[in-house]
Amino acid sequence: MSSIYFIFKRELKGYFSTPLAYVFIVIFLFLSGFMTFQMSDFFRAGQASLASFFAPHPWLYLILASAVAMRLWAEERDSGTIELLFTLPVTLTQALVAKFLAAWAILGISLALTFPVVLTVRYLGSPDYGVILAAYLGSFLMAGAYLAIGACMSALTKSQVVSFILTVVVCLLLILAGFPPVLDFFTGWAPAWLIEAVSSVSFYTHFDSIQRGVIVLPDLVFFLSLIVAPLYACGVILEMKKAQ
Amino acid sequence: MNMIETKKLRKVFGPIEAVKGVSFRVDKGEVLGFLGPNGAGKSTVMRMLTCFLTPTSGTALVGGHDILTDSLAARRMIGYVPESNPVYGDMSVVSFLRFIAEMRGFRGAEIERRVASAMDTCWLDSVRGQIIETLSKGFKRRVGLAQALLHDPEILILDEPTDGLDPNQKHEVRTLIRRMAPDKAIVISTHVLEEVEAACTRAIIIADGRILEDKTPAQLLARSRHHGAVRLTVVGGGLAGVERALTELRNVSHVETVDSTGVTAHLAVFPKPGNVISRDVIALAFEKKWKIQDIHVETGDLNEVFRDITTKEGVHS
Repeated sequence: MSSIYFIFKRELKGYFSTPLAYVFIVIFLFLSGFMTFQMSDFFRAGQASLASFFAPHPWLYLILASAVAMRLWAEERDSGTIELLFTLPVTLTQALVAKFLAAWAILGISLALTFPVVLTVRYLGSPDYGVILAAYLGSFLMAGAYLAIGACMSALTKSQVVSFILTVVVCLLLILAGFPPVLDFFTGWAPAWLIEAVSSVSFYTHFDSIQRGVIVLPDLVFFLSLIVAPLYACGVILEMKKAQ
Repeated sequence: MNMIETKKLRKVFGPIEAVKGVSFRVDKGEVLGFLGPNGAGKSTVMRMLTCFLTPTSGTALVGGHDILTDSLAARRMIGYVPESNPVYGDMSVVSFLRFIAEMRGFRGAEIERRVASAMDTCWLDSVRGQIIETLSKGFKRRVGLAQALLHDPEILILDEPTDGLDPNQKHEVRTLIRRMAPDKAIVISTHVLEEVEAACTRAIIIADGRILEDKTPAQLLARSRHHGAVRLTVVGGGLAGVERALTELRNVSHVETVDSTGVTAHLAVFPKPGNVISRDVIALAFEKKWKIQDIHVETGDLNEVFRDITTKEGVHS
């Protein structure tokens, strides 16, 4: 347990010892504000809701979570410090979890710093805080899923750029799977279960219901399994590739 | 006391069998030099001992702990400096060492005590707050060593510890190794052969994934063609006479003229196997009143032995 904490602490310090974390947080806050107030109808909708704040999050994370995750293992493998890490008395799982949690914490901090948007709706009307809390939870879980996929891609390569691109591609597929144009492509010829299956692997479908305040078990299971499964795959890949 | 024991360690990477069943033992107080051409499997063996790689078959006991079934306990016994000396470059020296101390299980005041003592041993005090990336190669090496020594391990595994260092730094590292040797089991890999003579009590020559020799440096030197040969520099004429007289000595097998300028001549006098000829040569020189400028007995040339062993056995196909 304590090994997880020490690696977590080192990683988090690592993010903040370079401008990376600060740049990331500023961009995240700027983009989320811009998308909420400029690109959607936050004001015109006349509702005290944060729907237009949360709706773009799948797109936001597509770029930003991939950017945070790209260095996770690619950097360790490239610099060889992975050999140092795994010859310390620490298990693969501990290292995997610790590094993932550190990256997740960065996204958590960024998300927490969007609190002024909550204050804004509170000033303008009387929002349903339960819905907002559920949406924050959903957004955070979704961020974790992006990061876990990013961690897995990052273990595949020594190049952070390649890792970034792979993550964006995989996550983009997972977003688009729930989009009407993609689903339209299947309707008419594919059986209903296939359409159902395609749309059910989408971030969009699952995030949509959580951000409306509906927390159901399948959505939670979906995001948690999208965290656990890629991390597991990441462990397998590391075990195979760490020596190269 | 037996600190490392490997049992038929084997490692296969895809189609390549990098290590083909390697068995050896290292006791406390020994400094084992791992010699071999590049790609011989030295690093792979070390990476298996330190539990970074899992052997394809075979196993090893490190401080009595099996690397397959009790890898965490084995890792706790070892201080390891990997081949390219990887360290977290974005950290300062002191915070990096603190991280290692925490990972090694030290808490509270003990962390600072350990870090201070490791920095002291590796001459790092002058750069304690500096970011590792900005340090010179020599200092980075020392950080790597400090990291490995921090928990005062009973076993030290150093993969090419002096690679890329200048002669002074090499000397420092070897001095450090010799100083620590009595109460540790140390394994170093190198292809600098002088290092074996300078620091090791035993040498294993490995090539193509197999152990070819496991001897003391002195035993290896004894295999050299030059071992026990007497070299002398004679000034003045009558060179042919000198050579003939030497050849006629009872235990001399033959004499080679290494270099001759007409005024001085360097000769190498080779003994018949198992004989010591230095006294005879000196006595002869006195008797004949040769003007000897220099005379010494060769201990042997490790480079030559190394080439001999690693190429003769058909390993360079």
